[in-house]
Amino acid sequence: MVKSELVARLAEKNPHLYQRDVERIVTTIFEEISSALSRGDRVELRGFGAFSVKQRAPRVARNPRTGQAVQVGEKHIPFFKTGKELRERLNPDGNAGPASEASGDS
Amino acid sequence: MSGRTVTRAQLSEAVYQEVGLSRNESADLVESILDEVADHLIGGETVKVSSFGSFYVREKGQRVGRNPKTGEEVPILPRRVLVFRPSHVLKDRINQTLSKPVAK
Repeated sequence: MVKSELVARLAEKNPHLYQRDVERIVTTIFEEISSALSRGDRVELRGFGAFSVKQRAPRVARNPRTGQAVQVGEKHIPFFKTGKELRERLNPDGNAGPASEASGDS
Repeated sequence: MSGRTVTRAQLSEAVYQEVGLSRNESADLVESILDEVADHLIGGETVKVSSFGSFYVREKGQRVGRNPKTGEEVPILPRRVLVFRPSHVLKDRINQTLSKPVAK
């Protein structure tokens, strides 16, 4: 499913809304998550999951072709951790794994 | 990093500010978007959101794990895990604001 299909589905379920408003709503939500992450904030959506930013330390990498050492700066990468409820819904027969017991959050 | 946490409340507020809907209806829409995404993933479908990223389900086979406390071997049953792959647009945006440029 791509974003336009998500918009179409929601427009179908909410016939009182214009499709272009549904489109703006979907865009707003993902934009809000993106801008929170670029501020370094966490986004926690209980039952669904949590987005956070992880820091990667600067390191010396190598150009695989020339073998030359290259300095790579500090990096930040977005990370998503699936929420407990969604993880259980993905594994209805109770195989959600040890992580489901280890972490009580979201 | 500021270390704040954004929740459904802030997402609904953003929707409320953006479109002329009531606060209640904005909250309902945030919920139905998350439900829609979750339902498709549970059905095994990939969900792609341009300039944000894609979510997909990976099937993991059975493997032998170990209880780290007791050292005891325990089978980890086959299961399905959700993977989020951030888009380049999102990664670049985060790095632009959070990372210091490479020291030359």
